[in-house]
Amino acid sequence: MSVARTWRTRKQRYGLMGERCDYCHNAIFPPRDVCPHCAEPAQREFALSGRGAVYSYTTVFDPPTGFEAYAPYPVALIKLEEGPMVTAQLTDVAPDQVRIGMPVEMVTRKLSEQGDEGVIVYSYKFRPQLQRPALTA
Amino acid sequence: MTEVKDSVLLRPNRPVGVVGYGAYVPMYRLPAREVARVWSGRDAELPIEEKAVAGLDEDTASMAIEAARNALARGQIDPRRIRAVWVGSESHPYAVKPTSTIVAEALGITPLTQAADWEFACKAGTEAMQAAIAFVGSGMAPYALSIGMDTAQGRPGDALEYTAAAGGAAYLLGPAEESLAVMEASLSYVTDTPDFWRRAHAHYPSHGQRFTGEPAYFHHVTNAAQLMLAELGRKPGDYRYAVLHQPNLKFPQRAAKLLGFKAEQIQAGLLVGRIGNTYAGSSLVGLSAVLDEARPGDRVLVVSFGSGAGSDAFSLEITERIEAARPRAPQTQDYIARRVEIDYATYARMRGKLLMK
Ligand SMILES: [Zn+2]
Repeated sequence: MSVARTWRTRKQRYGLMGERCDYCHNAIFPPRDVCPHCAEPAQREFALSGRGAVYSYTTVFDPPTGFEAYAPYPVALIKLEEGPMVTAQLTDVAPDQVRIGMPVEMVTRKLSEQGDEGVIVYSYKFRPQLQRPALTA
Repeated sequence: MTEVKDSVLLRPNRPVGVVGYGAYVPMYRLPAREVARVWSGRDAELPIEEKAVAGLDEDTASMAIEAARNALARGQIDPRRIRAVWVGSESHPYAVKPTSTIVAEALGITPLTQAADWEFACKAGTEAMQAAIAFVGSGMAPYALSIGMDTAQGRPGDALEYTAAAGGAAYLLGPAEESLAVMEASLSYVTDTPDFWRRAHAHYPSHGQRFTGEPAYFHHVTNAAQLMLAELGRKPGDYRYAVLHQPNLKFPQRAAKLLGFKAEQIQAGLLVGRIGNTYAGSSLVGLSAVLDEARPGDRVLVVSFGSGAGSDAFSLEITERIEAARPRAPQTQDYIARRVEIDYATYARMRGKLLMK
């Protein structure tokens, strides 16, 4: 990813910033010019909750340039609570522990590094939803 | 010249408190006996049980973002009302380029905000917190966010490798009447003491061995705490909890005893045995564990320590808002419970200790 492209897409990468359609009220991610559900153009910026479930997944053993340090890593299609489907890396989970339907939540992590001297690219990834037993303790 | 006697307490013009707080500790744990297995062959007298290690895709910026999201979830304010994002760390991902702008952007705080990175070894986070208190307390800002977070590194085989760990906490400061804990006062105590340092291009820090104890840690921690308590007219018994910077288990336990605090007062915030020394995060993540269980009316004493050297002491009083705020985000112990043990080889890969080219 070029430094310019990295910079332009930072908002949607860091925080899963999507849109909600003014006409059909569907959640949209990533942001686009026309609603994919009803083809109307007007949308409002909308922060997705970041919660969802694994819809399908695979493991990357032979990663593209900049991602070598993290391989092997799982990549999944995530069905978000609000409806949209998003492709993202899974983190804090071993590839052989990923399951279809596993509840996951969005976190912001390092996505790639352009060598020791280039920029660090941060992006959303998903991890298994944090267990919160301390709440009931 | 006539001598003017100012108060040595740091107190803002208008009352300030913690409106939201959030912890973060990564999930990987390196047991101290595993470090001993590789380097010393002995496991008698280990300084801690195990330490938290950041994953391959984690750094101070990503960890600060998660802690700050937890603080904002508890504070429930519009992020655009935050006028400062200050991150204290000795492991900022860039030498030049602020961690704080990355955090501010990820949380939707940009662009109408101050953003800066703070440095003072392990007390960079509490320095940022004092500045945030002043920023809100002067009336310049409705809210300010201060964070202490580190992914600390020790030279392979060095004593610090047993304890240098990853984690920290974020604090959203705002008006006292909206707060879950009121900041009663703070005090800073600083001298030029070379107990621990890292030169500009060095990868690992150096330290003055035994020099790190009496003239550095104990001198600054106990003086900061005693001077603040004396000015406030308080005794250790007036506090339900005390949280001291924790480079290992022994130091905070001994300092607490010197100050007159009992073991049960430091128990809740003493996390070093299970997560290690999180440097700029250390006293602040200890405080977040205390806020996770404190009740309205409880008082909390916090004392940080940063090499070089100095301590910041804080006195807090918990309000009734704590109960509603607490469940809005994961608690410190939720992160500590999420534990995956790693061996030294995996640790070496995660922390970039293997030279590939
Ligand atoms: Zn639509």
